[in-house]
Amino acid sequence: MQRILNNPDNIVDEMLQGFIKAHGDIVEAAQDSRVVRARDIPPGKVGVITGGGSGHKLAFIGYVGKNLCDAAAVGEICSSPTAKAFLNAAKAADQGRGVACLYGNYSGDNMNVKMAVRMAKKEGIQIQTVIANDDVASAPKDQREKRRGVAGEIFMWKAGGAKAAQGASLDEVIRAAQKAIDHTRSVGIGLTPCTLPAVGHPNFQIRDGMMEVGIGHHGEPGIEVVPLESAAQMGKRMVDVILPDYPFVSGDETAVLVSGLGATPVMELYVLYDQVEKLLAEEGIRVYKSYVGNYFTSLEMSGATLTIMKLDEELKELLDMPAYSMGFKEL
Amino acid sequence: MDFFRDRDGKPILLNMVKGIQDNKEYLSEVDGLIGDGDHGVNMNKGFSIFETRYGAEECSFIEGLEKLGTVLMDEIGGSMGPIYGTLFLEMAEAAAGHEEISVKVLAEMLAAGLDGLYEIVDARVGDKTLIDTLAPAADTLKKAADKKNSLKDTLKAMVQAAQRGCDSTRELKAKYGRSSRLGERSKGVLDAGAVSCRIILSSMAEGILRLCME
Repeated sequence: MQRILNNPDNIVDEMLQGFIKAHGDIVEAAQDSRVVRARDIPPGKVGVITGGGSGHKLAFIGYVGKNLCDAAAVGEICSSPTAKAFLNAAKAADQGRGVACLYGNYSGDNMNVKMAVRMAKKEGIQIQTVIANDDVASAPKDQREKRRGVAGEIFMWKAGGAKAAQGASLDEVIRAAQKAIDHTRSVGIGLTPCTLPAVGHPNFQIRDGMMEVGIGHHGEPGIEVVPLESAAQMGKRMVDVILPDYPFVSGDETAVLVSGLGATPVMELYVLYDQVEKLLAEEGIRVYKSYVGNYFTSLEMSGATLTIMKLDEELKELLDMPAYSMGFKEL
Repeated sequence: MDFFRDRDGKPILLNMVKGIQDNKEYLSEVDGLIGDGDHGVNMNKGFSIFETRYGAEECSFIEGLEKLGTVLMDEIGGSMGPIYGTLFLEMAEAAAGHEEISVKVLAEMLAAGLDGLYEIVDARVGDKTLIDTLAPAADTLKKAADKKNSLKDTLKAMVQAAQRGCDSTRELKAKYGRSSRLGERSKGVLDAGAVSCRIILSSMAEGILRLCME
């Protein structure tokens, strides 16, 4: 393992210190050292928060900013933040109109958010939640509630953040964020495993010359392991998983996000996007907005996720609204 | 004397800390097979924070359990923070006021811990989680308390029950947590939480027995 490290046990704290120094125009430290909050949150709006384990940069703190999330709770690498951190993120964002906690479907996050909601209630803060479950590969369609949240969370934050910025009520923000994630499907392909710095070696293997279709953001095994394919075949495989699940059909307008998993050169993400766009065009599916880059990663795993959201007028408007965070900028 | 004094009980907690520290790599390795491989790291971090912060301080068994539970709950996160945090805090609460910890008190403590967990997790025996280790251990204590068995025999029986429960997770299919997405493929591997729970219970028993022999 060759990494840029001091003591691996302190990596999250040191990363946070660096992040806040580097992006001090967008974010600031909250009282709780495991909470990052946006600077200059407009007064009177519904709070929007998220949170999750570390190692997924630009998620989660990269999406704290103007018209996006107001605060994020930060966990250890690949491990949910504490209930206390979620509670303190809610406190940092609450302005008396309630807080929308928009996060991904993982058992640790579910448990800690559940406890935070209970604790917040005692302190007079109302939290409502949307639990992202866009990862098609993680459970069959009839068990959507079991699916994990992956890069589609970005669309959920964008929609919820924009809605809150419009001055909407907590119920409205929750509805918009839920709608965004309900309209979104993702799938990942992993080419190499990732290593938790404090563990020092990969905790799962992808054999040389193989790739794992449907891999999770923590290396959770996917649908199948197959020999490495060309970008065209990978793109086809991903599109073939996603399109029938929603289902996306001819005439649909979509937002498409190709995110690297950490170690794949951005150049290759564009090769993949080119394939995906062609396949969608063949199906008569229009790309209204596209995003390519390392938006939601998994340490130094190589591979990518493809996320597609079906748009309607409301979601288009919410996507188009200006936003400014480290990870997502809409001018 | 078939009990130990609460005020003498700090070495028991330190033995639990040592149990986790000694098994840090093993726990991550087990977790890595069907989870994400950070179980040992997170458990070690929580237990070591407790040791660093309170190791040199005077504290009783019950006070220490409460401190350990609070550290895990407030500073560890993941699934294990709230799970073990709840377990230890409920155990401490159930024991509050007892100066002498007997089989009966231990049985009440573990029963309260298990009840507390049932409020926050849906998993039950057979779902391939730490409940598979904890529930039979709690059950053994309760039966021993009813029969008024000796502390020594009871702890040995509890460790065996925890071990059997932990081993049973190997052939179970995961229903909850990260490994649940694997369905059939989660079989053949122990559940990491069941293993850490087995280590905690056996090092707790070991610590108590050592204390009683002094």
